[in-house]
Amino acid sequence: MAAPLQPPPDPQFVLRGVQSAVNALHFCRESQAQGSSLLFSGSQSGLVHIWNLQTRRAVTILDGHGGQSVTWLQSLPQGSQLLSQGRDLQLCLWDLAEGRNAIVDSVHLESVGFCKSSILADGQPYWMLAVPGKDTDEVQILEMPSKTSVCTLKPEADAKPGMPMCLRLWQANFSTRPLLLAGYEDGSVALWDISERKVCSQVSCHEEPVMGLDFDSQKARGVSGSAGKALAVWSLDGQPSLQVCSTHELTNPGIAEVTIRPDHKLLATAGWDHRVRVFHWKTMKPLAVLGFHSASVHCVAFAANGLLAAGSKDQRISVWSLYRPRDSATPFLGESEVGGRHFTAA
Amino acid sequence: MDPELSAVRISVREAIHTLSSSEDGVHILSTLGALKRYLGEAGDPALGREKEEFATIHFSAFLRCLFSKLSPSWLELTPDGQLEQIWGSFFLEGPADQAFLVIMEAIEGTAGPSFRLMKMAQLLARFLSEGRVAALIEEQCRPRTQPSFPLLQETLLNRVVGLPDLLGNRLQRDNLAPFFPQSYFPLLGEEVARALRAAVDTLREGQDCCVSFVSRVLGKVCIQGRQKEILGVLVPRLTALTQDSCLWQRVCWRLVEQVPDRAMEAVLTGLMEAAPGPEVLSRLLGNLVVKNKKAQFVLTQKLLFLQYRHTTPMLQSLLGYLAADSQRRPLLVQALKELLETWGSGSAVQHAPLAQQRYISTAILICLAHLGEPELQDRRDELLASMMAGVRCHLDSSLPAVRRLGMVVAEALSSRTHPEGPALKFQYEDDDEVSREMLALATPQPLGDSPQARDPSLAPPAAETPAEIAGDGAQSPGLPQGSGSELDSDDEFVPYDMSQDKVLKSSKVPLYVRDCVEVLAASEDPECWEAALQALEGLVHRSPEATREVSVELARVLLHLEDRTCLVGFERLRQRALVLVTVTDPARVAEYLTSQFYALNYSLRQRMDILDVLVLAAQELSRPGRLQRPGCYGFPGPGPQSLPAVATPQPGSAAAPDWRVVVEERIRSKTRRFSKGSSRQRLPSGPNDFNSVAGCFFFPLIQRFDRPLVTFDLLGDDQLVLGRLIHTLGALMYLAVNTTVAASMGKALLEFVWALRFHVDTYVRQGLLSAVASVLLSVPAERLLGDLPEELLEARSWLADVAEKDVDEDCRKMAVRALLLLERLKDSLLPASSP
Repeated sequence: MAAPLQPPPDPQFVLRGVQSAVNALHFCRESQAQGSSLLFSGSQSGLVHIWNLQTRRAVTILDGHGGQSVTWLQSLPQGSQLLSQGRDLQLCLWDLAEGRNAIVDSVHLESVGFCKSSILADGQPYWMLAVPGKDTDEVQILEMPSKTSVCTLKPEADAKPGMPMCLRLWQANFSTRPLLLAGYEDGSVALWDISERKVCSQVSCHEEPVMGLDFDSQKARGVSGSAGKALAVWSLDGQPSLQVCSTHELTNPGIAEVTIRPDHKLLATAGWDHRVRVFHWKTMKPLAVLGFHSASVHCVAFAANGLLAAGSKDQRISVWSLYRPRDSATPFLGESEVGGRHFTAA
Repeated sequence: MDPELSAVRISVREAIHTLSSSEDGVHILSTLGALKRYLGEAGDPALGREKEEFATIHFSAFLRCLFSKLSPSWLELTPDGQLEQIWGSFFLEGPADQAFLVIMEAIEGTAGPSFRLMKMAQLLARFLSEGRVAALIEEQCRPRTQPSFPLLQETLLNRVVGLPDLLGNRLQRDNLAPFFPQSYFPLLGEEVARALRAAVDTLREGQDCCVSFVSRVLGKVCIQGRQKEILGVLVPRLTALTQDSCLWQRVCWRLVEQVPDRAMEAVLTGLMEAAPGPEVLSRLLGNLVVKNKKAQFVLTQKLLFLQYRHTTPMLQSLLGYLAADSQRRPLLVQALKELLETWGSGSAVQHAPLAQQRYISTAILICLAHLGEPELQDRRDELLASMMAGVRCHLDSSLPAVRRLGMVVAEALSSRTHPEGPALKFQYEDDDEVSREMLALATPQPLGDSPQARDPSLAPPAAETPAEIAGDGAQSPGLPQGSGSELDSDDEFVPYDMSQDKVLKSSKVPLYVRDCVEVLAASEDPECWEAALQALEGLVHRSPEATREVSVELARVLLHLEDRTCLVGFERLRQRALVLVTVTDPARVAEYLTSQFYALNYSLRQRMDILDVLVLAAQELSRPGRLQRPGCYGFPGPGPQSLPAVATPQPGSAAAPDWRVVVEERIRSKTRRFSKGSSRQRLPSGPNDFNSVAGCFFFPLIQRFDRPLVTFDLLGDDQLVLGRLIHTLGALMYLAVNTTVAASMGKALLEFVWALRFHVDTYVRQGLLSAVASVLLSVPAERLLGDLPEELLEARSWLADVAEKDVDEDCRKMAVRALLLLERLKDSLLPASSP
């Protein structure tokens, strides 16, 4: 403790102009960015902004949810396609290739909850989508793009986990069986085997509803945050069964989203206490508390190059550069532009 | 008659005849030489009886005759001063007591400065330096074959002890250095020690010995107040000698026992002061305190209860001495009981000077340190009862120092009487040197490890090498490490400072003063309430107009506010807010507050808060230049959001506010000025805002103090509040300097002081004195003399009285200061009126 600690960093830059609370963030994968990195943000007012991180301006604004809040954004690996989920019960598939911005397809959702969907896509033309189902405690699995319902995952009658709050589809490397991790309202996380339509394992991690989870398939370890004060790290062994490894007490309750950096080194949480917390994913050592926002942080996202973005109810998106992986030093965010902090867009 | 004895008589008579008639030096010498064989130790043993005969019967007469011959011409009858030498040897070698008496008699009988007087004085100096006083004392210690002459002893005693006075009177300016008290009494101490040594030797030889003369000498010297000189020499000797000799110890005990009663106190006090510790004292005194009533009274009553000038080490010696022996221990227990009774008596707490109370408390703590567990347990109930009474009256006192004493003693006492139970712990700041020292006294092992025991190797943990901060630095291409390596992953993630990660407060901060008032008055939501209280100061600051609209209501809410959520710094926030409101709307809020001071159903705390707020607000209002720099007076008013930031300054930006200072300092260091005079800053000046409202603050407070309410009686039990009220009035008076109402305020205040001038409570009296002083400072001199001459005269006589007679030291000092102010007033008027 003797060495003086660095003061907490400032954001690299801040994106303003959403004019509504930012509910969802997603970095575009680099392969389809054609040289320029893009950041998608979904707002309370139903708009999806596409930000160019080089110019720090909004490139396009997509309006497809009729003024209803956008809760989830996800780009598809193939083509320039973006999925957006809104509170208008539509899940839209946008085609953004070559400057287009049209809805090419949409899925009607039957759940009015806040549960974000999840996809499992690995470059195949067919991909899988998990969305909250019709009944409050159901999860529906669809095969896309045909939109055929594969199955509906409904907990056992006597188990009452409540609504699913967050979903995460994944597939172990050595198998072809898709699995689904779902966090529920009662604070438990369940692992579903989709092909058998049953819960493989369920572990109760939180007292409060699970608000967000992320999973590191390399280490078979996941993390979930809830409305309570604790962050839970759980692991999956070969059975497969879930076990809570550790819990981490936070200063203030309420985690809106947790995200592991793509290189599996950092974990970021979006806190209701206006702060973004960064942990070392392997050891769960707290590394930084990023204070910039003046209202709840709703979402955090990592870019493949290590950039961290946080969207908040205060209508701003802060972009941070912390502990950047060494091979991802891209010129547009190099040290030469450190002087351009707080450069605002639009 | 014996032939030998008549031979002695004849030879003495012949010698006297020769001396008186002969002018022949050789003849005189031979005559004296013949007589000298009767002196001296060695020689013919057959002369023993003759020597005795000469010493007892003829010696004094002969010496007187020798003295009568003393003159310059007589001494020059023989060459080389042979005559003078043999003349002196009679005085120095003969029986010391008689020689001493004759010398003293001669000195007393010689009028005025003369050759004979100087000769005798020199002879006396030789007498002293040759250790004849020891011989004299020794002689008095010998067991007497014949009945001793009390008159002779008495005379000797007077002369031995009174020697410096006698010589000083007689010789005036020609006095010799050995006769100064500061050199004579140490010498006497040495001589006494030597005489005692001889006495001990006599005892060793199996003969009797009597030290009562030494005791009387000691007693008389001590009564004269020369304890320090004589005992400072004697006690170290005795300390060393009694170390391992029982005989010496017995002699010492006897010595002290035989001190006459009236000198006992002086001797014991001197011994206490000179003895380095209780062990030495035990060796010197033995069980004197048990055997001698007078000594017991002195040690257990007088030194503890009637005097309080002694030092703590002396108290430790005394009580340690009482504790050192099983026969004396009951006395210690008794002393503790009586000390506690005194400590617990309300009248003592009220009337005894603070120094005495501190003395008694110290004695109690030392007693506690010496008493063992069982002794305390036996008397637990008694001690507890006294303690309860004492704590109550100490805590009732209006002097903080007295309250502190009560707490310190009660803590120590309860921890010793109830070691197993939960410790009694008062809330007081133990930064006070005195109380810390006192608490240290109460620990049962007074002499433990030394302060050097502190380990010097306890160095701070080795500083970590400043790790490279990852982040931007990690991207630098110069680093050769391969990417994706799992091994380095821990090193590159150096945490940032996370100290500002505090519990988030609700953001429901009111934005308007009126909202604040509502929230504070009625809100059930503690977070909201806290936020409102914290925001209030900034809001009042920002919008004085809006505050004026609700000022009285806000003051009412704040005055009744209670700390519902244990908010940190609640008292300070509340007080600041109240002061700020008062400053913003002085007339109305002051009217409200002063009316509430005498209203029903307030706690004393609230009433005292009112007084504090009034003083602080008056201070703020009367501060010159207040409006020019609204941001930087007494308490900077930060906005609501900046409060947490103030609590945790960010290390990166800590230096930021000081940049102006830095720049100014740099400019000053680089600028050469040719004249220093003009660079001094002008003090800000402006109208005194307190001028117009001073009366609103002052008069309502002073009007109703003598009308008791059901729950509030200033002249009765609530004298603490009365003291605060008087201090407040004095402060208001002081702050009203240069205002137009100052004169009438001064008149009212002097009348008020007059009514209360004989109040029993020290704190109240201190307040009265400071009020008088502030009247003298604030009211213009002309108005004082013009409007209030009688009051001033009365005040003056009262001040003189207090300065002389008050029990409290602070009161006396303050009265003296006020008197000085009065004098200064007189001086300032005189030159103006004289031309």
